[in-house]
Amino acid sequence: MKFRLFRFRGGVEPASHKAATNCHPIARLPLPKRLYIPLQQHIGEPAEPEVEVGQRVLKGQLLARHQGSVSAPVHAPTSGVVSAIGDHRAPHPSGLPVTTITLESDGEERWIPTDPPADPHALTPAEITARVKAAGIVGLGGATFPAAVKLDVGARHRIDTLIINGGECEPYLSCDDRLMREGAGYVLDGVRLIAIALGAKASCVAIEDNKPEALAALQAAAADHPDVTVLRVPSRYPMGSEKQLVKTVTGREIPAGKLAAEIGVSVHNVGTALAVCRAVRFGKPLVSRVVTVGGGAIRNPRNLVVPIGTPVADLVAFCGGFTQTPHRLLMGGPMMGQILPGLDVPVVKGTSGIIALTAAEAHEASQRACIHCGRCVDACPVGLVPLDLAARVRAGRIDDAAELGMGDCLSCGCCAYVCPAHLPLAHWFNYAKGEINARREAQRKADATRALAEARQRRLAEQAAAKAASRPRPAATSTENDR
Amino acid sequence: MSWSSRADGVPPSAPHVHGSASVPHTMRTVILALSPATLFGVWLFGWPAANLIVLSVLAAMLAEAACTALAGRAVRATLSDGSAVLTGLILALCLPPWAPWWIAVAGAAFAIVVGKQVFGGLGQNVLNPAMLARVALLLSFPVEMTAWVVPQPWLAAGSPGFVEGLAITFGAVPLADGVTGATALAPLRGADGGVSEPGSVVALALGMVPGSLGESSALLLLAGGLWLTARRIVPWQIPLAILGTLALLATVFHLADAQRFASPLVHVMAGSAIFCAFFIATDPVGAPVTATGRLIFGAGIGMLVFAIRTWGGYPEGVAFAVLLMNAATPLIDQYVRPRRYGRTRSGAPLPAGAAASEKRDG
Amino acid sequence: MFASVLAVAVLGTVLGALLGLASRLLKPADEDPIVERISDVLPGSQCGQCGFPGCGPAAAAVAAGEAPVTLCPPGGRAVAEKLAEILGTTLEAGSFEEREPELAHIRRELCIGCTRCIKACPTDAIVGASKQLHVVLTEACIGCRACHEVCPTAGIDMETIPVTLRNWRWAKPELAAA
Repeated sequence: MKFRLFRFRGGVEPASHKAATNCHPIARLPLPKRLYIPLQQHIGEPAEPEVEVGQRVLKGQLLARHQGSVSAPVHAPTSGVVSAIGDHRAPHPSGLPVTTITLESDGEERWIPTDPPADPHALTPAEITARVKAAGIVGLGGATFPAAVKLDVGARHRIDTLIINGGECEPYLSCDDRLMREGAGYVLDGVRLIAIALGAKASCVAIEDNKPEALAALQAAAADHPDVTVLRVPSRYPMGSEKQLVKTVTGREIPAGKLAAEIGVSVHNVGTALAVCRAVRFGKPLVSRVVTVGGGAIRNPRNLVVPIGTPVADLVAFCGGFTQTPHRLLMGGPMMGQILPGLDVPVVKGTSGIIALTAAEAHEASQRACIHCGRCVDACPVGLVPLDLAARVRAGRIDDAAELGMGDCLSCGCCAYVCPAHLPLAHWFNYAKGEINARREAQRKADATRALAEARQRRLAEQAAAKAASRPRPAATSTENDR
Repeated sequence: MSWSSRADGVPPSAPHVHGSASVPHTMRTVILALSPATLFGVWLFGWPAANLIVLSVLAAMLAEAACTALAGRAVRATLSDGSAVLTGLILALCLPPWAPWWIAVAGAAFAIVVGKQVFGGLGQNVLNPAMLARVALLLSFPVEMTAWVVPQPWLAAGSPGFVEGLAITFGAVPLADGVTGATALAPLRGADGGVSEPGSVVALALGMVPGSLGESSALLLLAGGLWLTARRIVPWQIPLAILGTLALLATVFHLADAQRFASPLVHVMAGSAIFCAFFIATDPVGAPVTATGRLIFGAGIGMLVFAIRTWGGYPEGVAFAVLLMNAATPLIDQYVRPRRYGRTRSGAPLPAGAAASEKRDG
Repeated sequence: MFASVLAVAVLGTVLGALLGLASRLLKPADEDPIVERISDVLPGSQCGQCGFPGCGPAAAAVAAGEAPVTLCPPGGRAVAEKLAEILGTTLEAGSFEEREPELAHIRRELCIGCTRCIKACPTDAIVGASKQLHVVLTEACIGCRACHEVCPTAGIDMETIPVTLRNWRWAKPELAAA
């Protein structure tokens, strides 16, 4: 299938800083002694513990099963003993605790028996989806949406195009780049399995043109598979955003408030494709991932294969530690990544990178007044007018901001990146979106309260009426009251 | 730890890196782009012009400092953004080069105090401060504001020395007859049927004509402006729309009646059309924020400049045109908004593809 | 002279007539009575925390200007802002004391099963029978403190909702003083 490239509006071209890490092969982090495995590493309901404190588990054994329709199970990243189930600091800017299973590794790495299928490509879509679900795979690009839920969408919508996101548009990150270079065959196998699960006729792996080696590796792997196209897309942030990638590859836009599936497209990350291959072909759950450890404050930046639950401190130590106190320590890339509260937090399924930025790299400067220059408007990939939104949010006019499209904001940070006044635009918008959600929640509660209060008033009135009616004949009231 | 939170206790949100753009850098770049034309102007008109520029810039900075201090804000930080310097410079470039000192000082103070600070400082003003001051001066002191001297290049026989220059700027020395001349824009009024001969266009391009400093060398201004556009300091839409509209209208009218209407080349090269297109109208504070809005804004200025030059009461209409379109900017920004991703122009979600949302059979 | 006087007079008459006509023909549709719009915004739980006997009287008082728009504690800032909008005023900064939303919690060891809280609850958020342990349904609790006040054993605590990863939100960044 031929793809013609389309251009999405706005975007920025930050310095990529990938050269420091993408030249080294992926290294394996020595097995840490203790792993902290949060029960919520995905969007949706947290997983429910299946193990008890003191229990001995094998590598790949189910630690917590999914609950609810949108959720993902969690597996043991190595063999060992569960030493605690309780609160541990989450890899989140708030530093709040999250329920976490602590696992003391026994160093033996003994796998639980797996049941790989004879021919994974002979499986039905439902079987593939079930295996992906059981393996606890979530979107590994950072969105962490349970992959099985996205594959299931294929049963309800006709998917004509599967897009595999090899954009990796965030600066510093090169884990997907290395993954594609070193595991192109597995990635491609995963792509084809996802395509089967979705019933997609055409698949396309989109790779930014700043990764020529990854592009060549996947093109070589896809040479025998005419249904998979490897596509070179321009390096332009946020190319890796689902909406922008769909626009670039298909020319179509995902209607506001809808899923990509509703226009017949499904987007998955290359890391997810590799995890799907491991899960379906080899029967192995998601227990490790590739993490870029980079940034100017890291002595030996590189990519590592890391068991889920490894404390960030172990990664930093393996990479030679800090050359200076980092100005910002991030999980994810610098454009959308989140600040970490400390080094004790664990690597989770959505951790694409641990980036320690120096002050010089952050290019921070004091805030000044908005000069109305409109660069944020030019940079916004959604077509919002960030300066107008910011003025309203600053004045506390959240509802006005919502009317101007606050809800459409991707939080990609392009506006704040280009702002010559160094205004915290994205931060205001994150705040405003939280506020909008809180208000929606409050409104929902107020509506429920009103309904409850009215029901109570009605009931009281009915009871009073029943009482009045019953006074002459007390015997006949019991059924009335029970209603 | 140092990265966990800022002084106010709010953890910083992404993005954690930033582009190289900054307000002071923007202002510095614009000043740099103006410097060749400024230096040429100083060479052309001698010491009095240099005095005027210095006075205007100093007065603007002083006024800014006074207002900021009065408002209880950080004076040094505000001055360091460079906007007051730029306003003072642009104002000086709009004045007759041999204007007396109080024109520059009063104008710069008016620009900063009334044009900018009463609105709340940088970014809050509706109108271009320098143009506001220029119009105020023009209406209040028409004689001083239209005394255009014939260029007296530095070291030429007629060029005033340093002391003489000070006397012209500060003293009561009246300008001698014959020093002043009509600006190149006078013939554009059509009434006297003046049509430019080819030679004068060259003179305009080089700047060897009476006029304000900023009207002098069209070529140097154009070079500076194009450099700014290439650096993306100014958006290309505004200069293109201004000069394009002006040239288009001039062409149409010139073709209709070459006797009454000057040629497009004269319109573009004469007066402060280029100065306005690249340096005045592009002041972001009073310009629209969208590409389409900027085109409308520029086209409006181009039309107004042509109309005022051709039929208006003043030979040059740039200041009025910019102010009028500044006033129209909030309206333009209100109605010209980009289409949002996944939505129609009216803001409704796009319809989902009919074929794609069907349930799969089988 | 006469012509101009006449012209202005005629102009005035015609335009005046047009204005009169317009106000008659283009009369804006009757808006909801203000009290009704206000009571639509109020939670309607009749919890009485505002000091009025219920949301209806509270709405009337707000409409009459006898009560501030910030009178409704369970409604929080959002309700106060909406009321201010209806009344065409603005919510002054600092005029609204942000109160953390609370939920009632019954202490098992102190509950004697008297059902008084059940009767007091405006949203039926407490379930239980006589002489049985009562339980608060947090989904329905509006934190109005009505139960807290009637409990004979002081066995109902008002607890603020803990911040967790699921309800954590970004704080508003303050502008650095420039």
